[in-house]
Amino acid sequence: MHQGIPLHYFLILSTLMFFIGIFGFLTRRNLITILMSIELILNSVNINFVVFNRYLFPHELQGHFFSMIVIAIAAAEAAIAIAIIINIYRNFRSIEVEKVDEMKH
Amino acid sequence: MHFLNLFVIVPALTILAILFTRDLRGARWASAVGMSIQLILAGALVFMYLGARKAGVTDEMLFTSDTSWFPSLNIRYAIGVDGISVAMIALTAIVIFAGVFASWEMEFLSREFFISLILLSSGVFGFFISLDLFTMFLFYELAVIPMYLLIGIWGSGPKEYSAMKLTLMLMGGSALLTVGILGLYFYSAPEGGQRTFHILEIARASIPVTAQRFFFPFTFIGFGILGALFPLHTWSPDGHSSAPTAVSMLHAGVLMKLGGYGCFRVAMFLMPEAASELAWIFIILTTISVVYGAFGAIWQKDLKYINAYSSVSHCGLVLFALLMMNQTAMNGAIIQMISHGLMTALFFALIGMIYSRTHTRIIDEMGGLMKVIPFLSVVYVIAGLASLGLPGLSGFVAEATIFVGAFQHADTFHRVVTIVATTSIVITAVYILRVIGILLLGPIKNDHYEHLGDARWYERISTIILVIGIAGIGLAPLWLSDMINFSLGPIVSKLAGLVNDVPLVLN
Amino acid sequence: MEIHGYAFTLYILLIPFLLFIFLGLSGHRFKPLISGIVGSAGLLVSFALSLITAYRYFFTSLHGEDGYSAIIAMNSVWLRLTEKLHIDMGILLDPISVMMLIVITTVSLMVHIYSIGYMKGERGYERFFSFLSLFTFSMLGLVVATNIFQMYIFWELVGVSSYLLIGFYYQKPSAVAASKKAFIVTRFADLGFLIGILVLSYTTGTFDFKTLTDPAGPAVTHAGGATFLGLSIITWSLILVFMGGAGKSAMFPLHIWLPDAMEGPTPVSALIHAATMVVAGVYLVARLFPIYALAGIPALNVVAYVGGFTSLFAAVIACTQLDIKRVLAYSTMSQIGYMMLALGVSGYGGHEGLGFMASMFHLFTHAMFKALLFLCAGAVIHAVHSNYMNEMGGLRKFLPITHITFLIACLTIAGIPPFSGFFSKDEILAAAWHHNKVLFVVEYLVAGLTAFYMFRLYYSIFHGRQAHYHHTPHEAPYVMTIPLMFLAAASIFTGFIPFHNLVTSDGMHLETHIEWGIAIPSVLIAAAGIAVATVMYRKESTLPARMASTFRHLYTWSFHKFYIDEVYLFVTKKIIFRYISTPVAWFDRHVVDGTMNGIAWVIEFTSHRIKGFQSGQLQQYAIVFVSGAVLLILVFIYLLY
Repeated sequence: MHQGIPLHYFLILSTLMFFIGIFGFLTRRNLITILMSIELILNSVNINFVVFNRYLFPHELQGHFFSMIVIAIAAAEAAIAIAIIINIYRNFRSIEVEKVDEMKH
Repeated sequence: MHFLNLFVIVPALTILAILFTRDLRGARWASAVGMSIQLILAGALVFMYLGARKAGVTDEMLFTSDTSWFPSLNIRYAIGVDGISVAMIALTAIVIFAGVFASWEMEFLSREFFISLILLSSGVFGFFISLDLFTMFLFYELAVIPMYLLIGIWGSGPKEYSAMKLTLMLMGGSALLTVGILGLYFYSAPEGGQRTFHILEIARASIPVTAQRFFFPFTFIGFGILGALFPLHTWSPDGHSSAPTAVSMLHAGVLMKLGGYGCFRVAMFLMPEAASELAWIFIILTTISVVYGAFGAIWQKDLKYINAYSSVSHCGLVLFALLMMNQTAMNGAIIQMISHGLMTALFFALIGMIYSRTHTRIIDEMGGLMKVIPFLSVVYVIAGLASLGLPGLSGFVAEATIFVGAFQHADTFHRVVTIVATTSIVITAVYILRVIGILLLGPIKNDHYEHLGDARWYERISTIILVIGIAGIGLAPLWLSDMINFSLGPIVSKLAGLVNDVPLVLN
Repeated sequence: MEIHGYAFTLYILLIPFLLFIFLGLSGHRFKPLISGIVGSAGLLVSFALSLITAYRYFFTSLHGEDGYSAIIAMNSVWLRLTEKLHIDMGILLDPISVMMLIVITTVSLMVHIYSIGYMKGERGYERFFSFLSLFTFSMLGLVVATNIFQMYIFWELVGVSSYLLIGFYYQKPSAVAASKKAFIVTRFADLGFLIGILVLSYTTGTFDFKTLTDPAGPAVTHAGGATFLGLSIITWSLILVFMGGAGKSAMFPLHIWLPDAMEGPTPVSALIHAATMVVAGVYLVARLFPIYALAGIPALNVVAYVGGFTSLFAAVIACTQLDIKRVLAYSTMSQIGYMMLALGVSGYGGHEGLGFMASMFHLFTHAMFKALLFLCAGAVIHAVHSNYMNEMGGLRKFLPITHITFLIACLTIAGIPPFSGFFSKDEILAAAWHHNKVLFVVEYLVAGLTAFYMFRLYYSIFHGRQAHYHHTPHEAPYVMTIPLMFLAAASIFTGFIPFHNLVTSDGMHLETHIEWGIAIPSVLIAAAGIAVATVMYRKESTLPARMASTFRHLYTWSFHKFYIDEVYLFVTKKIIFRYISTPVAWFDRHVVDGTMNGIAWVIEFTSHRIKGFQSGQLQQYAIVFVSGAVLLILVFIYLLY
């Protein structure tokens, strides 16, 4: 089972994706970009799930299922997020995140 | 299906039925029907209970059932009743029934109103049938939370402020209670083994005394806030005065009893050693409540405030009597809960009805109502007389039992506080008669009062059922007192070794 | 011990109770007159049953040489309190309770009949009769109580019926105030009663009268136990119980409610505030008399001195009042003072028990003649529509029957033989003479004053200058005068009832005879009082005014009832309301509630301060979050490795 691409390759990839996501999340001002960054983070986690499942417990499927659920939720979440973003755009004529700070109270 | 479950199911179905109605007419009829069923059920329960006792069943709890719903923490939906909870259930059924009729003309968001009201009552019913602390706590919260909406939306005056104050103070109580209940849970198996939330199992397990000392104040104060324990009673005047009629009725009539019942069933029953050690502190506080509430009521000008302070005094007497920790006084405390529940509900119902006619609650602005609304006025006088402890009405039975019970302690401390507490019967007479004199008697103050209409049929139903309860207990108290006494037996025998009182054995 | 054959006594109580319920709930559906007639008819049945009871009790052969013993006609547990203590409801028949049954049903029946005429045309006619029935029921329940707690229960019920009846004219502010005052003052006294019951029952372990008053029972035998401030616990409890009795019987200083209670309709004053309820205090002491006499002599002395003082005090006030009902009210206080005094100077058993018997005798005769006086006053008020004697005068021409009956009553209360008051008063004086010379002298004085103020009243109403009336006064209808005549006959003849054979402290026969050495001076003093009144008031003269200015201070103080009302008003309004209740309310709003609001304020303030952290900038949060997470990871790594 330990042939092919070694585990740490995947982990490096997912770590990179994760931090790229974090970086994007923190620095971008555009809500759509922020959403994309979140997708990156989620997908990095998915990779981890699948990979660990494959390498540590090859006879079980929990990791796969988890990533399935994450994907499904991510899809739903993206739909809601985009709906919210559209509404925000309608109200503020902008999707710049810094301009949307009026809901704090 | 188990009989007791009906007490939770019927309100749930009623709520469901209200959802399908369209307007006030539908909502109130649905509620009326639902609560009538509930009242009949409560009556049936009393008869079944008495029948079972007569047949010689001596279990502590009857009609028990036990379903696990959170096995890993051993949280169960355990239900069962003894004489005390049967009495409280009957009280709740009467008060909610009267409450529905008292809010017959609730035009504003009527469906939502009735739903919240009945949700609240289902919480109360659930509380009284639960034997599992966790479930009990859950129902307790279910009863407290709709209160916020009911006062905040349908209230009057500074309703947001009052609703917030009431809810926050009661939530503060809940927070203390959580600590107490978790404490009980974690010490429920001192010799190892399965921990439990079940009241009877905890009672058998006997919590270590050091733990009791720590957790008793949390539990007692947590419930005590709801029972208007001085100095944590201030939510009561504001809350009551802002709440709509039926909510005041339920709140003062039933919800405050949750406090007394909890103090007794959870705090004192499960932690008897700590209770007997720390009782003196709370006896002092409750004695203050009793006298202080009564004096506070003398000065007030708003009918609801008067009644709220009067409730502080009367509920103080409940806790006072419980802390006396002998069978007679505790019996008196339970009767006082029921009696106060009925009469204060009646008071608030009447105040609401008077307010809906005169549009004021300030007593000085009214006068001579006896002439124009004789029915309501006479019932008000009856409620007042019950409140000041006139024999033949329920208040007297409770007070007589409490005072005789409290006087069975031979030491100076108990004697002195008892005598101080008895003075409240005079002060109560002063403020009750003052209100009756100003409000109902004398010449009519305001010309347009001449045309006020007397009670409508639904108002009559609402008040008469409460009057029947009050007079029924007042004239023939023996069955109630014996029913409670029987169930107090095991509780008192648990306390008995601690306070040198012999439990009363009934033949 | 249950003795069969007396179960019917239950109906004596049950009938008025049912009448109360019936008239209260449905009286307004009928013509007013119907409720009056139904009420009177019901009472007539009760009256007849009481007579039968009395006859069977006193004159059938159940009782032999050992005198009259107490019979429990019925008894059942009403409420269980502790293992030993339980409140029962039952019917106890012994000489005093049977006597009281007669008194109550007689006077109540007369008042019922009288009221049919007196209350004619009043709003709330059926309410009046329903309350009268409630009162009669409660009073009957009080006297037949088998235990002290039952007595307390009915004691409270008579209090409330008195409250309802004083405030019958509920639209009249003075009536409302008077009813409130009556209730609260007696309630305050009842607090003493209640605490007394608690102490007594705790010490003796029973509420039951038979056990309590048993000379060999726990109350008497435990008397030597613990003491408090030098008096035994039993004595204290008896003093407290007497406090309740003093409140109900309007003894100084708890008397202030009784004169005001005259705001009620006059038949009510006759029934409640002259004949029956106000003697409940006397009855209470009489009921517990064995304990007082055997275990609580200091308490008995309190009774004697309070009674003696009140009789003098009230008689002095009665001499100056102008409202005829108030004069009668003070006279009632004075006479009840007599009865209390008689109990106070009595001993238990044998000839020592003379005072007890005299007290009961006087209670009986007083009920008749005082009810008569009030009903006559009612007839007068009915005729002239005023309560004030300076607006009356010369009425003897217009009200012949009232005049004669009133005169009989005056002679009776003054103690002129052969009217009944003479006999009962003589026994009291004799008892006082053998026991306490000071009180004896006081009573002589009071006898003179009584004769004086009663004839002052009599002359002012029926003689003297004829006042100007708006319309010619006319005699009351027969329905009112027949009760007057009946009671007048009773006042004349009840003096010949051999009370010493029937109602004694221990149930045994008692040999008494009129002590002429005491009786003759007392009659002379009374005659002197009458003579003075005749001189002063028979004809219009300036003498009363001159007397008043000579004894200006005494007159003013007496006229203002020694300012006792003002003292009470000061205590209640100024001290309790202003210095207790108002501060309590303030304290509650500002300190207790202020603390709660303060906590809320602190939380709100803090949250205002820290809400700047929540800028709304999503990414700012995220940075804090991520750096926090990183920091935590670093900390854990550091800690773990």
